[in-house]
Amino acid sequence: MKKMICIVCPKGCEMQVDVNDGISVVTGNACIRGKEFAINEILHPMRTFQSTVKTIFPELPMIPIKTDDVVPKEYLFQIIEEIAGIEIKDKLKCGDIIIQNILGTSVNIVSTVDMYLYF
Amino acid sequence: MEQFDIVIIGSGPAGLAAALEIEQSGLKQIIIERENRAGGILKQCIHDGFGLHRFKKRLTGPEYAELFLKRVIEKKIPIYKNTFVTEIIEMENKSYRLTLVNSEKSLFEIEAKALILANGCRERTAKQVFIQGTRPAGVYTAGTAQYFTNILGYLPCKKCVILGSGDIGLIMARRLTLEGAKVVGVYEVKDTPSGLSRNIAQCLDDFDIPLYLSKTVTKIHGDKRVEAVTVQKVDLNLNQIPGTEEIIACDGLILSVGLVPENELAKSLGVELDTHTKGPMVNQSLMTSKEGIFSCGNALHVHDLVDFVSESAEIAAKGGIRFVQNKGEEELIHVEFDEKSFLYIVPQKINLLDIEENIHFYFRSKKVLKNVSVVIRTGDTIIFKKFYHNMKPPEMETISVNLKNVLQNKEICFELKEGVST
Ligand SMILES: Cc1cc2nc3c(=O)[nH]c(=O)nc-3n(C[C@H](O)[C@H](O)[C@H](O)COP(=O)(O)OP(=O)(O)OC[C@H]3O[C@@H](n4cnc5c(N)ncnc54)[C@H](O)[C@@H]3O)c2cc1C
Ligand code: SF4
Repeated sequence: MKKMICIVCPKGCEMQVDVNDGISVVTGNACIRGKEFAINEILHPMRTFQSTVKTIFPELPMIPIKTDDVVPKEYLFQIIEEIAGIEIKDKLKCGDIIIQNILGTSVNIVSTVDMYLYF
Repeated sequence: MEQFDIVIIGSGPAGLAAALEIEQSGLKQIIIERENRAGGILKQCIHDGFGLHRFKKRLTGPEYAELFLKRVIEKKIPIYKNTFVTEIIEMENKSYRLTLVNSEKSLFEIEAKALILANGCRERTAKQVFIQGTRPAGVYTAGTAQYFTNILGYLPCKKCVILGSGDIGLIMARRLTLEGAKVVGVYEVKDTPSGLSRNIAQCLDDFDIPLYLSKTVTKIHGDKRVEAVTVQKVDLNLNQIPGTEEIIACDGLILSVGLVPENELAKSLGVELDTHTKGPMVNQSLMTSKEGIFSCGNALHVHDLVDFVSESAEIAAKGGIRFVQNKGEEELIHVEFDEKSFLYIVPQKINLLDIEENIHFYFRSKKVLKNVSVVIRTGDTIIFKKFYHNMKPPEMETISVNLKNVLQNKEICFELKEGVST
């Protein structure tokens, strides 16, 4: 039996997962997304990732970025290293790709601002 | 002097949502923002989890703000940026005159028929929590640490202690850890965390950052820079327990000890404040005790979810529009509630002459509760009942009720009943 908090939405349901003969039984989840999360969490925990990178623009010296989907939890520190040296030299829109297929995950690092809105 | 129907103070998610609502009415409006960029606190909230209610998507703070900002720019709604409000006075004709200052126009005045206070909240600082010792460099509020890390791009400390388990502190624990700093632990004086459970899970547990309940920081060591802090256990009455002191070496102390509505402007206008929320007292259209002055978002009461910030802004904007178009009459009653059960309920007043539409109530319980029902009573009649498996002070709850033709004796009272629903 494993206890966990669902992190999919702010409700934060307290769930319990019992694995019987390889079948996971999830209780405590208020919706189906909690069950999916719990099963993933046992098999392979996935997380979203957000950080910032430098730019050459004095108007916005740093911009926020994110992965456009969840990545394996154990990759988070490696991703930080991958993006450490980046300097953005072009004006980006929200969702523009900065690194494609990061660490072979088929997930991209994208901008989360539209720089055109600010300068 | 330029005249406006409605002036909005603050361009955070509340101000932007209010502006988009007002735009549809054709009234003349302007947003006043003291910073050089619109978006409010969301600019630095680069983590995701915003907009799940409203957009059914996991947006980051900047993405959420931009969904509104883009439309504000498209609709050419004017924003005075880098502009401070220095004074607001009520004129004889019931309009408001604002004195503003910015570098372009220096000191200038505008007039408004209605005001929407969307100026957000501020963090409690070290001055407001009792800690011994000097105030060396390295003591930051969590929001300041977030600003340094996410906007300016440098780490405020290498090894830190976080005091308080508020959400911003939890979010910063994860952020600093990912950026290479060591977070020794989060210390919470109460016996339950004040942040959302999901943030305990994804920001602390994921990174093996310990959370210590019923423990607080009692002393800061170091002259120029923080060198260590003393932490100590407290009993259930929050009294420090002698002999439990422990010295922890660190170069930073981050305070996440709560947020308070930015109520200075409201105070200076003579608006009546609520001792529970620390924000203005309002009726269901979020109008304060001063006619024509509305409040929304974190300026009204501290929200944990931005979705409800936007919702409250739209309610205040609709109220403002109606006020400008036809100043309605008011007959107010107080919303009574059991102070042992609830931390607060907003709105605090109901205008009986304006109860055609559903009224949105926002409230928090005073403690962690399981299996309780919220009951709204008028006289002896129960007009609303809703069952909750869990209720926690960090999680604001909302209900929407129609009070038309149901209020007896001009009374409305919120109660919490324990036990499983029937
Ligand atoms: C650090 C942090 C983390 C959060 N995390 C989440 C989360 O994960 N998910 C979620 O849904 N919600 C989250 N929230 C809550 C949500 O983001 C806030 O509730 C929301 O940003 C509040 O919006 P607002 O418009 O009321 O205030 P703000 O965003 O604070 O905007 C107020 C604006 O008013 C301006 N202003 C203030 N005073 C004046 C003045 N006198 N003159 C002119 N302008 C003025 C300020 O500069 C600012 O731009 C978080 C909040 C914080 C602080
Ligand atoms: S189970 Fe559903 S309702 Fe509960 S936290 Fe997860 S996503 Fe939210």
